[in-house]
Amino acid sequence: MIEHIDVSVVDWSRAQFALTAIYHWIFVPLTLGLSFIIAMMETIYVRTGMEEWKKLTKFWMTLFGINFAIGIATGIILEFEFGTNWSNYSWFVGDIFGAPLAIEGILAFFLESTFVAVMFFGWNKVSKKFHLISTWLVAIGANLSALWILVANAWMQNPVGMVFNPDTARNEMVNFWAILFNPVAVDKFLHTIFSGFLLASIFVLGVSAWFMLKNREEWLSKRSILIAAVFGLASSLMVAFTGDSSARTIAEVQPVKFAAFEAYYDGSKNAELVAFGILKNSDKQIGDKKVKDFVFRIGIPGFLSVMTKGDKDAYVPGLNQLVIEGSDKGEYLSISQKMERGREARNALIKYKRAKMLNDKVEADVLLNEYFRNKKFNEDYFRYFGYAFLKAPEDAIPNVSVSFYSFHLMVILGFLFIVVCALSLLMLVRGTLMNNRWFLRIILISVPLVYIASESGWVLAEMGRQPWIIQDLMPVNVAVSQISAGSVMATFILFAVLFTALLIAEVSIMVKQIKTGPKQ
Amino acid sequence: MKLNIPFVSKLISFYYDGFRNMSAWGKKVWLIIIIKLFIIFALLRLFFFPDFLNRKFENDDQRSKYVLENLTNSNIADD
Repeated sequence: MIEHIDVSVVDWSRAQFALTAIYHWIFVPLTLGLSFIIAMMETIYVRTGMEEWKKLTKFWMTLFGINFAIGIATGIILEFEFGTNWSNYSWFVGDIFGAPLAIEGILAFFLESTFVAVMFFGWNKVSKKFHLISTWLVAIGANLSALWILVANAWMQNPVGMVFNPDTARNEMVNFWAILFNPVAVDKFLHTIFSGFLLASIFVLGVSAWFMLKNREEWLSKRSILIAAVFGLASSLMVAFTGDSSARTIAEVQPVKFAAFEAYYDGSKNAELVAFGILKNSDKQIGDKKVKDFVFRIGIPGFLSVMTKGDKDAYVPGLNQLVIEGSDKGEYLSISQKMERGREARNALIKYKRAKMLNDKVEADVLLNEYFRNKKFNEDYFRYFGYAFLKAPEDAIPNVSVSFYSFHLMVILGFLFIVVCALSLLMLVRGTLMNNRWFLRIILISVPLVYIASESGWVLAEMGRQPWIIQDLMPVNVAVSQISAGSVMATFILFAVLFTALLIAEVSIMVKQIKTGPKQ
Repeated sequence: MKLNIPFVSKLISFYYDGFRNMSAWGKKVWLIIIIKLFIIFALLRLFFFPDFLNRKFENDDQRSKYVLENLTNSNIADD
């Protein structure tokens, strides 16, 4: 059983999943955002009838097509990995993912894939209006696809709307709407799609800035910048707004993750938000675990209290309180207390399993009613089931440095993009953008930076919730399959080669098309 | 159900013409798609990513028992 699992299987499986997800996410956000930008451009073409707008739409559609085609099906590998590397998890999740992913497959994927053909093949075959509707449907379909995947991911961050069936060892959906409107899902969906819109806007700005630097395609560049800057500015503000809301939700449902990405160790009133900081090795400890502490930081006093509780004098617990000390007022449990409850939940499962093995139906029924059909047991004990697998409270602390830097990098870059979009718009309106070559270069540099920010968001989301694969219910080392580390390592290398080749292909085809420019 | 022949024929010619008149980048991208799908479904899925529980057990009852055993008997591996 699990005691024989090699730790390196866990590490390699995690590394493989991270690699696949990171590469997959290179392609996705551009599809999410560029589809809407193209739809807006085509709408202007249909309304004005100006052929230049058609040319412009077709140019960006070409880049969209390259990205869409290269990225397609890269996400399916993640599903393969669930079945092979994460079999305990896949089984335990039960039918929770079934409904969202089935809806994604039927509704969104077919909507998207059917109308993509009209987008590319239908210019002279269908009416202008039908073509325009198809373009909008591709954009809506792509974003609907993202919704269902993000709903599934949000459930892993905050499992709701299900009950555990001890007979099948699976979770069963009891409330679809609770899963769909999970606060984490709502925040995650909005934050993710707006970040995709922002990424695509920066991409369009970057390519247009390159044309301006080369003194080419002035008409195309100016119109593209106008649309991308307005769309990007609105999206970047929404990213900031939904990010704030997301942080507040995380503080509530994943408080350890929240404290980790702020490197916030000791709770206080008027808690300070670190705007910028550098961590280094220190003697500081949370329980028996050494953590890095600030060598330098710029903080905003009271802002963390305002952000989490809406009151600058509110008390915000740090990692020490959340993990070791607990709350004097019983507002939250320490990890030790959660571990005790998790063990009780597991003992109940052991007793039930034993009763079933002995074919003692009376005892099994009593246990079912006492525990697994008891709402209070599920809410107060089974929800901490995963803590039974922790050896020490400190095991519940994620990597603070990775969480802190990925969060702060994402936020700092996010603010930079607000400035980039706003200044691009301002300079364009004033007619000074083409002469500001230093700013055009900044726009160009923003293209790789926006990808880094976007990936950082996922690094934070996934690394920050360690050790959990399903928050509070299942740690990663229980979720993994009993397979050899060697086979996972081999496929890791295979993926690294495959995805790198795909990325090189995408970039080279795209660069060639950009250099070619719009066709007549 | 009666098949609408003119519509089907239009649909076929829509895709046929679309693929036939595809640009150079489109052809290149389609080649990449086909190679990629072959690698993903014919190589990776078949040879490297069998479903662990489906391969090891015959039915859901056995799979349930196995996972339940892991959830109740496990001593987790050290990180």
